[in-house]
Amino acid sequence: MAFDVLVLAERRNGEIKKATLEVVGTARRLADSAGGGRVDALVLGTGAASAADVLGRHGADRILACEAAHLDLYAPEAYAISLADATRNSGAAAVLAAGTVFGRDAVPRAAARVDAGCLSDLVEISVTPSGTLRGRRPVYSGKAFAWVSSTSPPSFATIRPNLFPATPIAGRGSATVETVEPAVDAGALGARVVRLETPAQQELDVAEAASVVSGGRGLRGPENFALVRDLAAVLGAAVGASRAVVDAGWIPHAHQVGQTGKVVSPGLYVACGISGAIQHLAGMSSSKVIVAINKDPEAPIFKVASYGVVGDLFEVLPRLTEEIRKLKEA
Amino acid sequence: MKIVVCVKHVPDTESRIRVGSDGRSLEESGLKWVVSPFDEFALEEALRIREARGGEVVLASAGREAAKETLRQGLAMGADRAVLVLDSRYDRCDGLARAKALAAVCRTESADLVLMGKLGVGTDDGQTVPMVAERLGLPHVNGATALEIGEGTFTARREIEGAIEVYEGRLPAVVGCDKGLNEPRYASLKGIMAAKKKTIDVRSPQDLGLDPSELDSQSKTRWESMELPPARPAGRILEGDPADTAKELARLLREEAKVL
Repeated sequence: MAFDVLVLAERRNGEIKKATLEVVGTARRLADSAGGGRVDALVLGTGAASAADVLGRHGADRILACEAAHLDLYAPEAYAISLADATRNSGAAAVLAAGTVFGRDAVPRAAARVDAGCLSDLVEISVTPSGTLRGRRPVYSGKAFAWVSSTSPPSFATIRPNLFPATPIAGRGSATVETVEPAVDAGALGARVVRLETPAQQELDVAEAASVVSGGRGLRGPENFALVRDLAAVLGAAVGASRAVVDAGWIPHAHQVGQTGKVVSPGLYVACGISGAIQHLAGMSSSKVIVAINKDPEAPIFKVASYGVVGDLFEVLPRLTEEIRKLKEA
Repeated sequence: MKIVVCVKHVPDTESRIRVGSDGRSLEESGLKWVVSPFDEFALEEALRIREARGGEVVLASAGREAAKETLRQGLAMGADRAVLVLDSRYDRCDGLARAKALAAVCRTESADLVLMGKLGVGTDDGQTVPMVAERLGLPHVNGATALEIGEGTFTARREIEGAIEVYEGRLPAVVGCDKGLNEPRYASLKGIMAAKKKTIDVRSPQDLGLDPSELDSQSKTRWESMELPPARPAGRILEGDPADTAKELARLLREEAKVL
């Protein structure tokens, strides 16, 4: 029995996002592991067909291209209807998207439309003998993991970004292109994105960065975030923060790591002057390497740290930034 | 304007999570329960809209008897009344079954606007907003950090990875609220006293025309088991002269951890 998979592609300014390539590669692996099957990718908006090459090389057999200018920016109902229609028409056993803000918005809506459930934010995924998806996902912001599965096809799921490889598969060429008509006219959209605002100074997002340097109350004041920013700059890292300093207004909420902020799992996480409240630890303790710099040797953050520096961050941080700069330049 | 605010009864974010003896549920002894923090932004926004435009704020929740405490907290903050779809299986069911219950309440209330948190902390699914909207056939935005209500229309902003989306839409709509939207008020003593007299209307799934068999967690998705993450191995502690520790740390990050 073939196991066909449908992927909802995500684009930014027309380009396919890396997280989508991770999902296409995962879809290919799942289809192959279940005895073979077709991998389709639904691509919406102007220039959709041009994604056939990159999606094909990463594992897609066919793209369903919906070239409609009114879908260039996200429109929740139209995207969900298009995905639900493509699910029915393609007969897919599984429907996948990246667990980005976009994927976690559009996929559950499409699932509800076909009266299916949805598995969110999987970090492991496989096909069961009965042809449904099963996976593992963080719950309680990573304080625990749940094993979840869908009970009947089609299975809908989103996959956590940055965990699965996004590498082209040798010997694969462009996907074939099938044109699909937009399911919803421009005038019928009940809500849609009319504008995307990108900050002039493009900051790395903590949820996407390979390294994160975060600051907490130990910085004593918003002006001292400069020390954190300097280290982040030499590491090419995103700047994160604890809830305490976000609530104090030192830095915008977009930087908050933790249960009411973002859950991150970068290769390197540096916590500066963060004591490690349980809700912060929940948001970062799956990071590969954790560095903690804190004055208080009893701070809970040291319990999860791979490397802990007990010391004054005002003394240590500038020196660490300098040492790393030297190593990088050497 | 009639606003329905959906709230979820969840363990406090400072809770230590333990797995129950069945290997799949939460060990509940010693847990403190609260309104899911993102739902507080939704309720605050609803109260501000009512203050500016008049109308009614109705809380909706699906769950067990104890969810009434959560609803009382919301009533104390200023909501007018509450509806509880009472069935303890809502605490274990999947997102779709929960969304169907909340959508059924919104439909019977003929809501002009449905607000809730962008996700319920704990299960962390973030499915309820898009699923409730789909069941109601209404537009949605999930994760609003700004919301302006016009005459039959709205605008909203939400953060995505590295950018902000600006939405325009029409009402009725379902909006999921994120931190940054507002600063939720605390319940006043007067509010807490007043909440005791407000109504919590209890309904069964059948009252709302729902199929109780879907409440069986086996229906669409199954939560098989839960486990704690493996403990992290003990790390290395560096102390002493800041210049030496900084140098040693940089060396370890490059040579041992291989992250530089």
